[in-house]
Amino acid sequence: MDNLEQDKITRGKKRTESIAFWSFSVLSYFVVAILFVILSFIVYKGVGVISWDFITQMPEEGMTKGGIYPAIIGTLYLVLGSMLFACPVGVLAAIYMHEYVSAGIVKKIIKQMTNNLAGVPSIVFGLFGMSLFVNQLGFGDSIIAGSLTLGLLALPVVIRTTEESLKAVDDTFRQASLGLGASKLETIRRVVLPIAFPNIITGLILSVGRVSGETAPILFTVAAYFLPKLPSGIYDQVMALPYHLYVISTSGTNVEASRPIAYGTALVLIVIVLIVNLLANALRKYFGNKVKMN
Amino acid sequence: MFKIESKNVNFFYGNSHALKNIDIAIKPNTVTALIGPSGCGKSTYLRLFNRMNDLIGGTKVEGEVLIDGQNIYAKGVNVDSLRKKVGMVFQKPNPFPKTIFENVAYGLRVNGISDKSFIEERVETSIKQVALWEEVKDKLKKSAFDLSGGQQQRLCIARALAIQPSVILMDEPTSALDPISTAKVEELIYELKTKYTIVIVTHNMQQAGRVSDTTAFFYMGELIEYDNTKIIFTNPKKERTQNYITGRFG
Repeated sequence: MDNLEQDKITRGKKRTESIAFWSFSVLSYFVVAILFVILSFIVYKGVGVISWDFITQMPEEGMTKGGIYPAIIGTLYLVLGSMLFACPVGVLAAIYMHEYVSAGIVKKIIKQMTNNLAGVPSIVFGLFGMSLFVNQLGFGDSIIAGSLTLGLLALPVVIRTTEESLKAVDDTFRQASLGLGASKLETIRRVVLPIAFPNIITGLILSVGRVSGETAPILFTVAAYFLPKLPSGIYDQVMALPYHLYVISTSGTNVEASRPIAYGTALVLIVIVLIVNLLANALRKYFGNKVKMN
Repeated sequence: MFKIESKNVNFFYGNSHALKNIDIAIKPNTVTALIGPSGCGKSTYLRLFNRMNDLIGGTKVEGEVLIDGQNIYAKGVNVDSLRKKVGMVFQKPNPFPKTIFENVAYGLRVNGISDKSFIEERVETSIKQVALWEEVKDKLKKSAFDLSGGQQQRLCIARALAIQPSVILMDEPTSALDPISTAKVEELIYELKTKYTIVIVTHNMQQAGRVSDTTAFFYMGELIEYDNTKIIFTNPKKERTQNYITGRFG
């Protein structure tokens, strides 16, 4: 092969390389751009109504004026309630699945079911929650019914992220602990969980982000169209941010007039989810450093 | 009296016959090296002695493994107490993500010891035994991850010593270490021999020659030859052993 031919091949290779490089980078910037456009659109439209009063006052004049305080509080209650249910159940189920059940048909079935559960549309969860919690168990439209429904929705996510976190714990840690005469439970409690903890907590918080934005599951189980007071117990209805957004955008007393409030609500919702995600990162870093030490 | 005896031991991973009729008797306070090409069954064999293979599903053991004359695979044997007696050191240094002190104290704590001064004393003696004390005595409360690889491995040995086992299993304990750390660990093995019975899996022929009293050569799940290390390395009886240790196959 002479030098000329060699040069041709090299040049061809270089061209392919640069085409690949450019298409990959253009596509990634495109994704970033979309996100940026959505966010700036919401901020641009919504920032005008944001004020201290907006997040601390009740809605007024048929939800065309005033604040969204009860919806913020309602969402916080629902997130808290759903996590109180989903975290212990999901984490324990994941520990059982990953640490106790050995590979085989049972594990496969549980795993498949969990994955299927994750694929069920959220409106179906809403319908299920309504028939079980609201009607069958007689909770009525209430925080507890909504929280449990949202909790069920979050469950597969919690299970899967916890399982991944446990999987990431190197097996030699388990063997070293068992090799020192520790029981399985002690090994899980003293070695496996502390190592997996930062990742588990991150998974939990990310599912909070998901739960706080869900509309369909709370539609029939808890959300109130308009409720100018805060709940006094777990059997009360509440307003919630995503549902409030839906209501004032589609069936409010004056959809046009409440448009700015809708954008404001969307902005608040996005900011909440953003804060939750940043919190997840910070906690992961914090506990990640602590794990080295504890 | 032998410390460890295996009588006609067979081991199966599902349908694969991983160890075939292994007979070995190990005297107390000796170092036994298990050598052989990858996949020959030497690590599997090592893990029979503290029943670490139990953790893998679908395995089966036949025959008898005796430690201090007791069959550790007999019904009713408490695996946790067996593992207190038979410590293990792994291929890669794997200290827990805890402080240096807590790493060594771990075995004591999980075995129900809570007397603070007793734990402190035992941690100190164990770390001294592995000649790490001078290097770490001022940073016992620091993370074990801050130590170098060689120090971590010695810490892991100290962790195993803290619960006072009588047998120590080592699964390629120096394969992840630099030559200087390796030399330190080998020196340590030589010293520990006076108090413990040590079984070591190694891929390093020179290491087997340097540290062990007896050597067992495994090939494809069979024990080809088991004899004094000197004999194995200078005058093996089987041709296959000869070929392996001179590097003609493996």
